[in-house]
Amino acid sequence: MAVNRNFRTCPSTGLVYHEPAEKLIRWNAVAGVVSLLVGGVLALLVTLTRWPAVKLLPPDWFYLVLTAHGLDMLVFWIIFFEIAVLYFAASTLLKCRLATPKVAWVAFWLMIVGAITNNIAVFKGDSSVMFTSYVPMGAHPLFYLGLILFAVGALIACFVFFGTLVVGKAEKTYNGSVPLVTFGAVTAAIIAVFTIAAGAIILIPTFLWSVGLVSHIDSLMYRTVWWAFGHSSQQINVAAHVSVWYAIAAIVFGAKPMSEKVSRAAFVLYILFLQLASAHHLLADPGLTSNWKIFNTSYAMYLAVLASMVHGLTVPGAIEVAQRQKGFNKGLFEWLRKAPWGNPCFSGMFMSLIGFGFLGGISGVMMGTEQLNLIIHNTIYVPGHFHATVVVGTTLAFMALTYFLIPTLFRRELMFPGMAKWQTYIYGLGMMGFSVFMMGAGTLGVPRRHWDMAFSGALMPHEFPGTAYLMMGLMAVSGVLATVGGAMYLINTVGSVFFGRKIQTPDFKRVPVREGMAPPPVPAVPAPAGHGTIGMGGFVAPGTFVLAMVFLTSFVLYYFVNWKYLSTVWPLQ
Amino acid sequence: MSQVPAPQDPADDGPDDEPVPMMQSLIDNPFLLLFLGVAMPTVLYIVWGVMEIVGIPLAK
Repeated sequence: MAVNRNFRTCPSTGLVYHEPAEKLIRWNAVAGVVSLLVGGVLALLVTLTRWPAVKLLPPDWFYLVLTAHGLDMLVFWIIFFEIAVLYFAASTLLKCRLATPKVAWVAFWLMIVGAITNNIAVFKGDSSVMFTSYVPMGAHPLFYLGLILFAVGALIACFVFFGTLVVGKAEKTYNGSVPLVTFGAVTAAIIAVFTIAAGAIILIPTFLWSVGLVSHIDSLMYRTVWWAFGHSSQQINVAAHVSVWYAIAAIVFGAKPMSEKVSRAAFVLYILFLQLASAHHLLADPGLTSNWKIFNTSYAMYLAVLASMVHGLTVPGAIEVAQRQKGFNKGLFEWLRKAPWGNPCFSGMFMSLIGFGFLGGISGVMMGTEQLNLIIHNTIYVPGHFHATVVVGTTLAFMALTYFLIPTLFRRELMFPGMAKWQTYIYGLGMMGFSVFMMGAGTLGVPRRHWDMAFSGALMPHEFPGTAYLMMGLMAVSGVLATVGGAMYLINTVGSVFFGRKIQTPDFKRVPVREGMAPPPVPAVPAPAGHGTIGMGGFVAPGTFVLAMVFLTSFVLYYFVNWKYLSTVWPLQ
Repeated sequence: MSQVPAPQDPADDGPDDEPVPMMQSLIDNPFLLLFLGVAMPTVLYIVWGVMEIVGIPLAK
């Protein structure tokens, strides 16, 4: 069978694209951005409804829109883009042909059909069961079928990724170990396989229940297995966006990880322990023992948190070392002051890193502690936490990467480069505010998901303090700001991809490579023995060390403030 | 004067003869990592969790 071995080399970046892989990366990225567009419009509607002063939608529409927003953002946007990242990390970074492109197209179309089917089920109006779709709440069978088709497609795509690693090794397109960014993508793909398998274990019986072939699904069993899918799907994001951080540090600064061994070990910790954090959703459930809860959250999860802290230290550390080697070696923070803050690729990545660590990471550890979880369980604090991890962390990192991909992958100039400079700040700061104010309101007890925090007309209404209403108002203003930032991203990326000026390359031609061969690998450059005379006080990255100390201090203070708070809301005399 | 390493001849198989550390060979095997990454949460989260739920006595 003939195998397409046409490659092209990007003249500006030197990246080597395999023709079928390039098309698949583009189509998956575009499908992701379309999902983001739909989910973004729905996000604005959700925000304007939860704004107590506006309350835009009636309850039935609110729950429908919230369901569709959760699925389009947390599943379809993120996973389509992640598949694009997987193909890029395997085929382009390993300079290797994509394994079985036809199968990859089957996977893509299964995902498309699944996403559309699920959206149709939700917008028909009889599947407003939220992202979690807890039984015994029942959705239309098409709701589950759509998710299953999407998951099968994503699973096939993961195995195309693994197949591409095998091809690269067999055809010797790289030396030694895979690059660190590809290793991060391996981590994401492994977590994805577990996630999708867990989804199949619970969603297939639930689909059969929805069509009447299974009589009963135990609600606690559903919740336990479903969260292995629901939360782990967000852990794929963590591995993927950390890989994107390393990639952008290398692209923008030529930065090399401070220690490849440590960074790889941190990814291995993700592989082994990150998915276990799913248990923190069940910390208030009486059916599971504290042994199970505490092992999975307060022991295993901390190993994954340790890995995140390693990445959070080594990525800015690598940037600092690269900047200092370029001469920005004065004081603690010249390297950071002189960073290219006008480059959206960098500014988006750095805000993603800070927001993920300070907001998403610290709040996640607090929530994962069984006793402290009682303060905020099922409050709007929870979406505050995951908007900090998934939106500030993942979406902002993916947005930053897009500004690199448009010229190199789509070969188009950005239509509005000035808008791109501002976009990451408007979106990033808007989403950070959105998360912080949600967490503030949640700490005061405002429930998540609820259409009306005042419980108007209820037999037992609850009077929240005025501060809670203020927090919800500020949350909504920040959400509108973030929506503006999201719209700027969509206008710029869609406009550039379809109408941007084409980047012309003189004498451009695709290069066919002989059967059984791939472009010769570049010999590995010997690692430098040291960092020369950069840094101060014996540290090569003293600025990053100070930032890490600020982070640790914030972490400890916030953690213990919450124990103090617990003692006041749960009076034990 | 700084020592510049001599460019390595791609045809020279020398470095390939060096033994790969055991941990590196484990980490370089994506299918071993895939097995571990699926087995660990399956046992510690799903199987353990399901066993606890199945063990809850039924109400009479």
